[in-house]
Amino acid sequence: MTTIAYQGEIRFCRYLDAAGQPVGELPDWAGKPDTLVEYYRQMTLARQFDTKAIALQRTGQLGTYPSLLGGEAIDIPTASLMDDEDVLVPYYRNHAMQVMRGCDWRDVLLYWGGDERGSASPALRQDLPNCVPIATQCLHACGVAAAFRIRGEKRVAVTLCGDGATSKGDFLEALNVAGTWQLPLVFIVNNNQWAISVPRAMQCGAPTLAQKAIGAGIRGEQVDGNDVIAVHEAVALALERARGGKGPSLIEAVSYRLSDHTTADDATRYRSSDELRAGWEHEPVKRLRNFLHGRGWWNEEQEQAWQADISRRVQQAVDAYLATAPDDPGAMFDHLYAELPASLEAQREQVRARAAARAARREQD
Amino acid sequence: MSTTIPAGMREMTYREAAREGLHEALTRDERVFLMGEDVGRYGGSYAVSLGFLEEFGPERIRDTPLSESAFVGAGIGAAIGGMRPIVEVMTVNFSLLAADQIINTAATYLHMSGGQINVPLVIRMATGGGLQLAAQHSHSLENLYAHVPGLKVLTPATVEDVRGMLATALADPDPVLIFEHILLYNRKGLLAADAGAVDIHRARIRRAGTQVSLITYGGSLWKCLEAAELLEQQGIDAEVLDLRTLRPLDDEAIMATVTRTRRVVIVDEGWRSGGISAEITARIHEQAFYELDVPVQRVCAAEVPIPYAKQLEDAALPQVADIVAAAGRLVKGND
Repeated sequence: MTTIAYQGEIRFCRYLDAAGQPVGELPDWAGKPDTLVEYYRQMTLARQFDTKAIALQRTGQLGTYPSLLGGEAIDIPTASLMDDEDVLVPYYRNHAMQVMRGCDWRDVLLYWGGDERGSASPALRQDLPNCVPIATQCLHACGVAAAFRIRGEKRVAVTLCGDGATSKGDFLEALNVAGTWQLPLVFIVNNNQWAISVPRAMQCGAPTLAQKAIGAGIRGEQVDGNDVIAVHEAVALALERARGGKGPSLIEAVSYRLSDHTTADDATRYRSSDELRAGWEHEPVKRLRNFLHGRGWWNEEQEQAWQADISRRVQQAVDAYLATAPDDPGAMFDHLYAELPASLEAQREQVRARAAARAARREQD
Repeated sequence: MSTTIPAGMREMTYREAAREGLHEALTRDERVFLMGEDVGRYGGSYAVSLGFLEEFGPERIRDTPLSESAFVGAGIGAAIGGMRPIVEVMTVNFSLLAADQIINTAATYLHMSGGQINVPLVIRMATGGGLQLAAQHSHSLENLYAHVPGLKVLTPATVEDVRGMLATALADPDPVLIFEHILLYNRKGLLAADAGAVDIHRARIRRAGTQVSLITYGGSLWKCLEAAELLEQQGIDAEVLDLRTLRPLDDEAIMATVTRTRRVVIVDEGWRSGGISAEITARIHEQAFYELDVPVQRVCAAEVPIPYAKQLEDAALPQVADIVAAAGRLVKGND
């Protein structure tokens, strides 16, 4: 005789279709303009910044930069719903979240310009810095959440990663630990369909990534990551549950990477233009704008004024970034140890002397 | 200035030579297959396997999930199971995710099976700095693997070696790691038309000299050769020894050059403390101490995470001028 030992399901949630039309009843909060108009403002600001950052990289004024394009409807509501005391454990595309949590755009540019001072912004508080290695941060988030639990704090750790990251042992081990310890933790997977050149279908044989939660004994759900209302609902519930001691959640937000992987990539080499065109049909900003227009909560005049305003703000950040003097070469030794051992002190002086000698030679030439 | 290519030689980049070696291996032996992140559709992170997916198909050119431990582990299984896998790890920095599979499994399987099971696995990976890839993608960690008995560690610096070492590694019954320095891929060199497998147990003198030995490997070889030219202008005759293989080290060749010149500068892009240069220094002191006129010198990377910003990265890595200065001090003494 056999019985069913376990039966699970993964639900998919969407409120707005690609044209911005409601597909069912909306939650109460979405019946008022305030939150959604603010989301729209933040999403368009993030996009303008992104365009500018890519232009800076293309003109040699910024290092390799990972675009956030197509992830706006995931990052903006999540950052907005988190409390200040919560901890964000980001991957490398969450610049807009860092700014919403208090960081200056200038610091974001400093970081991607190769200056470690960009990660030193006091506004980041206890948030972890950008994590470029894949999925390693998910385990760090478990540690942060475990500390909250041990200390009995009503705080939540939120960590994000991409679809490729879900293939990493670190990710699966993090889910497992979070489930075992019932940590106050929210995992958000921005499933943008591409891990550099490897498409989602070649990443994992399971029909959803959210169902990895089932194996770890935690809640998993899938939402339309281009639908800001669906993301808001899922994240709000996951935060509430985590804060209330009901354990971790995994949210798979299905989006599309409208950009190259980073500025060091050229996706036309492996991705068809038809597919990209289809991606733009579903993109989150236009979807929300259509919805706001339909409700009469946003008009062309406001749009133009707002675009001019954020252009100014982005340019201010760029100017401040470009005006920042390069760090002293000796600074690369600053954060190795609380107290630098003498042998490394000597190396620091050597590095400084060499840099000074090179600068002097350049002057001569 | 135009250079003529000698008869029977071809000029090609290190990338093209690596590619030719891989192509030959895939063509000659159907047990050989390539797997790793972005090796197929993307053509490899450093474009070494561009076009191979179309030519050899997805079974033999396998894009893997983003799981270093998983695909190195699968490589071990396939090697034990009769295949000759070539695993590409994007950079040595990412190989740390698979360190357990490499150090605790690949290197120990023969021992754990009482001599029953060899692991004929070849793992290729990029190493080194100089392309502004920042602190988590620029390190030279080959000496970590050179520490591990059971592994062979190759560091081809020339087109001949990067092409020819692969075939020798594939024929080897033990796990072999091949480190390709990222600054070499675009470097051109001359390759004999009939180039083939090369030995992987001998260091090689790339420039003969009498007054000071520059002992090095991989990407630093070319900096040493450039330094030797500059030293010649100062009237100093430098010898350059390319180690080629870090495990096992060719002690005989090292002691021979020490005996010839009596002065040694070891140039290594790894961190100084506990690095391969420390090991070589110790061996020279153990085996040829009385041949030395002056203490061994080392030119290594600054002991910091390799910085991202260009001027900081340059300052952190060994440069030609540093090598010239160190060798000059040994020969002329401190002024």
